[in-house]
Amino acid sequence: MIRTEELLLNVGPQHPSTHGVFRIVVKLDGEIITEATPVMGYLHRGTEKLAENLNFTQIIPYTDRMDYVSAMTNNYVLCHAVEKMMGLEIPERAEFMRLIVMEMQRVASHLVWWGTYLLDIGAMSPFLYAFSDRERILQMFNELCGARLTYNYMRVGGVKWDAPDGWIDKVKTFVKDMYNRLDEYHNLVSGNEIFLSRIKGIGQYDAKTAIDYGLSGANLRSTGVKWDLRKAEPYSLYDRFEFDVPVGKNGDCFDRYECRMEEIVQSLRILEQALEQFPGEGETMGKVPRVIRPPAGEIYVRIESPRGEIGCHIVSKGKAEPFRLKFRRPSFVNLQILPKLLVGESMTNLVTILGGIDIVLGEVDC
Amino acid sequence: MSEEDNKGPVEVPAPTESVEPKADAKAAAEEPVTPPPARRVETDEEKAARRKAALEAREASKAAAAQAAAQAAQAGTEGRAAAKAAGDGEGTSTVDDEPPRAPSPNQPRLDRVAALLRELVSEDAVEEAYINEPNDHLPTLVIKNEHWQIAAPLFRNHAELNCNYLRNVSGVDYETHMEVVYYPLNLDSRDCYCIKVRTDREQPSVPSVTPIWETANWNEREIYDLLGVDFPGHPDLRRIMMPDDWVGHPLRKDYVPLDPEV
Repeated sequence: MIRTEELLLNVGPQHPSTHGVFRIVVKLDGEIITEATPVMGYLHRGTEKLAENLNFTQIIPYTDRMDYVSAMTNNYVLCHAVEKMMGLEIPERAEFMRLIVMEMQRVASHLVWWGTYLLDIGAMSPFLYAFSDRERILQMFNELCGARLTYNYMRVGGVKWDAPDGWIDKVKTFVKDMYNRLDEYHNLVSGNEIFLSRIKGIGQYDAKTAIDYGLSGANLRSTGVKWDLRKAEPYSLYDRFEFDVPVGKNGDCFDRYECRMEEIVQSLRILEQALEQFPGEGETMGKVPRVIRPPAGEIYVRIESPRGEIGCHIVSKGKAEPFRLKFRRPSFVNLQILPKLLVGESMTNLVTILGGIDIVLGEVDC
Repeated sequence: MSEEDNKGPVEVPAPTESVEPKADAKAAAEEPVTPPPARRVETDEEKAARRKAALEAREASKAAAAQAAAQAAQAGTEGRAAAKAAGDGEGTSTVDDEPPRAPSPNQPRLDRVAALLRELVSEDAVEEAYINEPNDHLPTLVIKNEHWQIAAPLFRNHAELNCNYLRNVSGVDYETHMEVVYYPLNLDSRDCYCIKVRTDREQPSVPSVTPIWETANWNEREIYDLLGVDFPGHPDLRRIMMPDDWVGHPLRKDYVPLDPEV
């Protein structure tokens, strides 16, 4: 008679498939996971505590380092919150610049996810494809603000640098090319049988569970809930553009994959329209007091980051520093469902499910 | 940045020099944008404590000139507070008497929720209710700690509210008390609320809502870890960010690091 013994296995914190320093302690019965306990905090830098002694402009670089795969959206959520508190008006050109970089960032972020997800599952070459295209976006960001990852690009009231000459045309060319590249991606991966059998029906949950766990982004939309903050609670200029919100049906890893791939297309659509309507001239910085001092009060703003709802809760006492600054980080909230999904799955699916949630550890630990 | 930087050319009116005229100017300049009752209404003790804390901090660090500026700033706050007091009747009213102003579009929703809570939970369940105008007219309710355990399921399950999605949970240390802030949302009607539950600072404790919204689980653990708020009813209240043997709760305002060098 075959007898199995319970095995306690540590995955991480430095395992490449955990996408950072994330540890998960799993109890195994043979190959089947019976219990999973996530352990995090290895990258906790105390951003919220540090922020209490910094003024708002000084906090912006810290937001870059939260979700370092999507720094532009993080920049935006902080600036947007402060602007809303102070009732500032943002020049149209600046808002367009922000929207364009945020959508480019969404494409870049989804490309990182796509490449690394396939790498997790065991396909090496898609990673190289994805990173070569992402490289083009990073190059353009580099031209814009001199940084490839932590941009520190936005400011309360606008953006720090205007687009250099010819930059908009470069983005236009990129958008055109990207459509073709996406077709290539689908040819390369989306129909692959091994890939499909690895992700179809894996890590499945229904809409009710997703809502109960407060999931957002593709994790929520894969269950069929049409919830995208760009549509549901429009911010920036998103109400001016036509785009769809892709939703899945089954809430498994495959649907999440499809949702994210389709989101790239929708981002490209937004980019096309935004680049077309981009104002030829104008200010990139609004009228902002020299010392940014939001009036006493409280605000919670939320935007759609590539990973879901990123929120910023500011309590101000009328000083240049926030009294309390709290970020609602989508990766942190989305990750909560992991232990529930893992129970009863085989060990090989751990990486598939974790990768499917799409987390960034800088954001989980903050 | 120091107080002196206030006098920038595009500075929003902030009282830095004289006391009386500036306070008036400020009130006048602000009213079209933000009506006073939309602000968070503070209790008297809070106000006093905040003023005292602000004064002490400034006295310690700033020169006499900066001190004068600080006092002027406080005078400004007082002026606004006085204006606020008029609109703060029973706690539910946010209608201002002075300038005739259109009530917030969310006012009926706020009144309805407050009435529901009074009817189904307790007559004194709602401590304060107001509209947070800069934040998209967000209906904000302060619910008494002892009633939160009954009020929370109401938000989730009541057919009218049906807030099935909890978007965020924050903890705030106000130095006089602690506050846990919830943002429940109804995904169908897109109605969002801000719920605040206050708790004592020495023995902070707020009933857990994890049995109601699973998403509160890690959020509450984070608040426990960083602010030391206890959540009775939580299935697994452990530290989540800091190491298990960490001493103290870093986000508390009186937190002193064990090793100041770090």
